[in-house]
Amino acid sequence: MNPIPVEAIQTALGDKRLQTAIYSSTGRLMDKRAHAIDPAEIDDFQGLRAQANAIKKHAIDNLDYYLEQLEQNVIARGGKVVWCRDANEAITFVATLAKEKGVKRIVKSKSMTTEEIDLNEHIEHTGIDVVETDLGEYILQLAHEKPYHIVAPALHLTRYEVADIFTDNLHVAREEEPEKQTQIARRVLREKFLTAELGITGANFLIADSGAIVLVENEGNARLSSSAPRIQIAIAGLEKVIPRAQDLATFLKVLGRSATGQPLTVYTSFLSGPRRQGEIDGPEEFYLVLIDNGRTRLLADEHKRQSLYCIRCGACLNHCPVYRKIGGHNYPWVYSGPIGAIISPQFHGVTKDPWLPFASSLCGACAEVCPVKIDIPKVLLELRSDITTAKRAEGAGKWERLAFRVFSYVMQRPKLYEMGAAMASAVFPGSHGKWLSSLPTFMSLPTTKNWLSKRDLPPPAERSFRSLWRERQRAKGAN
Amino acid sequence: MAAREEILAHIRASLGRANSTGAPAGLPAPLIRIPDVPLEKRIEKFTAALEKLNGNVHRAQSREDARAYVERTLNGRSAVTSNAPFLNDCGIPTIPNVRPGGVDREALRELCATLDAGITSADYALSDTGSLVMLSSHEEARLVSLLPPLHIALLPLERMLTGLDELYTLLPVPSDRSSSMVFITGPSRTADIEQILVRGVHGPGEIHVVLV
Amino acid sequence: MPRVTLFVTCIVDQLFPKVGLAMADVLERLGYQIDFPEAQTCCGQPAFNSGFWDEARGVARHFLDVFEGDSPIVVPSGSCTSMCGHHFSDLFQNDPAQLARVKALEARVYEFSRFLTDVAHAGDLGAHFPHTVTYHDSCHALRELGVKAGPRKLLSHVRGLTLKEMDVAEECCGFGGTFSVKFPDVSGGMAQTKIDSILRTGASHIVSVDSSASCNSRASSPARDSRSKPSTSPKSSPAANPP
Repeated sequence: MNPIPVEAIQTALGDKRLQTAIYSSTGRLMDKRAHAIDPAEIDDFQGLRAQANAIKKHAIDNLDYYLEQLEQNVIARGGKVVWCRDANEAITFVATLAKEKGVKRIVKSKSMTTEEIDLNEHIEHTGIDVVETDLGEYILQLAHEKPYHIVAPALHLTRYEVADIFTDNLHVAREEEPEKQTQIARRVLREKFLTAELGITGANFLIADSGAIVLVENEGNARLSSSAPRIQIAIAGLEKVIPRAQDLATFLKVLGRSATGQPLTVYTSFLSGPRRQGEIDGPEEFYLVLIDNGRTRLLADEHKRQSLYCIRCGACLNHCPVYRKIGGHNYPWVYSGPIGAIISPQFHGVTKDPWLPFASSLCGACAEVCPVKIDIPKVLLELRSDITTAKRAEGAGKWERLAFRVFSYVMQRPKLYEMGAAMASAVFPGSHGKWLSSLPTFMSLPTTKNWLSKRDLPPPAERSFRSLWRERQRAKGAN
Repeated sequence: MAAREEILAHIRASLGRANSTGAPAGLPAPLIRIPDVPLEKRIEKFTAALEKLNGNVHRAQSREDARAYVERTLNGRSAVTSNAPFLNDCGIPTIPNVRPGGVDREALRELCATLDAGITSADYALSDTGSLVMLSSHEEARLVSLLPPLHIALLPLERMLTGLDELYTLLPVPSDRSSSMVFITGPSRTADIEQILVRGVHGPGEIHVVLV
Repeated sequence: MPRVTLFVTCIVDQLFPKVGLAMADVLERLGYQIDFPEAQTCCGQPAFNSGFWDEARGVARHFLDVFEGDSPIVVPSGSCTSMCGHHFSDLFQNDPAQLARVKALEARVYEFSRFLTDVAHAGDLGAHFPHTVTYHDSCHALRELGVKAGPRKLLSHVRGLTLKEMDVAEECCGFGGTFSVKFPDVSGGMAQTKIDSILRTGASHIVSVDSSASCNSRASSPARDSRSKPSTSPKSSPAANPP
């Protein structure tokens, strides 16, 4: 069981520059979303969310059927489907294919799924040049860092840090203007696109009735990665499947607006299989890698299954007051923010980072903005229940459990409750209504210490409501 | 094949089902609402949407006007054209410094990587988002609208649809037509560095749509 | 005379009893007869939120027994209303026998300001509070109960009251029950952002439908000298100043 990363969190909270970067970037994304979903911009956004949720629910509840249909249609269009139970199988497939085909260079577009399985590290070990082509991911690759945010990976870096990263790794003249830095990356990466033998992408959606993948982007690197090299591999979690191409009329509308406030991103690609007879360019070979890696296990719990509806828009991160304080690197896995908080324990076991589902005030801002209406607070609560059960089995958390058993016992017995309250009132340092900034040592518990480190404590009232009420009723009776 | 069977078995076990069943009941009907918008209004909306993204829209009065606009925009720069017949109809190949892309994959790629502009037609335009819809075919290659830093697209006015709902009604299964369908909505962009907007990252930084 | 049943919540009972009395005054003024079942204790939310669902269920069962009946149950707290009005269903989601009884109860539970606007159709209550206030949208009330326009409408009828909205009104203040003690640094950071926002309004009072949230704000004020004084429930102060 990993403890709360208290020091790392305190460091993040104390870093004023980082706090401003996170707060303003996420704030901007929040504003853009708000504008994009305004009724003046789009009709019935809430209806679209409801539809997106209904389609996802149906697809997930019938996942086997739609995956089989997807496979049939990919094959019918000349592609191949590779089913992988875990990260290892996916990596092995890619490495083996690359070797077989004499691949020396791979260009990759941004894919959280490939981060999840740590694809780059493993393939690079085989001596192949693996190049991230999304600008933010490319910068991180040079800096050997993990993404900070699902949609805006380099949110935490300044232009000066980018300048350092470029001069150190690309041996170019130092450049601090983002516009010029982008041009450097464009130049370097263009050469990679045109010489790579293999392009690897993720997939935002998998379309069952079409045997197609959908790629959503602004830069053009996903289009290039999927169109320039001779071989294309798309790697996606198997939960990404939706039934029909027509359903994209709903999903594309909620995805862009929720993520960045864009009605559509610059490029939306709908790709099915290798290039057809008569087409001039496009890959000769197309592989769709479907990854399980624990997803089928998540399916089993009907209350938490909705976690698989996620379309990776990042809106929950942007609106989460906790994410906006601690940042993406303080979450234990590549998926951060509220979605990370609910899927990490489900993938890795609730006892690995048992603090994670508790790192939330349950404010509900995430659920309010989720385009597929995942009830994230509900799943967090379910996980909290799973964690206390697991802790009991391991003999941990004894004091907390005792405290709540006492709580429950007392709260079922009104007379005991009143007696306990009266005692607490009597023992509490007299304060005459003033809020307390400290307590005598014998009353000091971790809970009260933590509260008092930041706040004052309200004192118990001189007389409880029920005692005042009795008096009030007596007085009325007497009149 | 063991992985496939195992995964499907896990899914069924998790969903509490023994075997695969036929097509499942309860798939919600697609939410498709096509607004009734006259062509003029569609063109207006399209222009506003694309110009907001720093794209350029020219409404040509005639094919000669379209050709003239393209020549002006190129301003002497070199360009590669796709093989779309509509471009021929508009006389695009006769503009100086414009080279036909041809059908050879390698040759075309070389041209796209070295010339200043790519000129294509488009299958449709979507008015509510300012998007072009391009399907790859023997006429239209993928890279012409992607590699060169400038992209010019010409298409007949009547191809202007209201939006995604109308497109997916016309083309419910796009993969029946082509291995690639792309929606292009403005110039390539990123805000990855300090959230500052930069155009022309990997795709074209400048885009012109000529409605004929 | 129509009847209502009061669930005052353990926080109001023990820490802010005046809020309960003010609520009772307002309801009586509106012509309701009030029942206060003395055997009531707590909704069980602290146990539920901490993942101790068995323990929470015990408290919930007691609640179901105490509040058996059909009159509306009025509650001076958004988060407690959300517990006994929504989350009891979660506690009994695997218990179809109890679920019907739970759902019947949930349908009768009202957060106080929601009861005033939607059931009592109260408007001007003759209240008077000549101060500048800012309204704190507590999270459960705002998002789970959809309580947003109601309190503001009620405040608009209070004579002499000026409402100044804070920016980031919908951002969580960081209380979240045990969250504030398990993650004091993060919670403190969130509270600070909220406090700054409140101070920028220049309001002398904070109004909320949740005592616990205002508790957090008041407790976290810089210099801890409560230059801003929170008053819970839209009607507590005005009720203390009869027309």
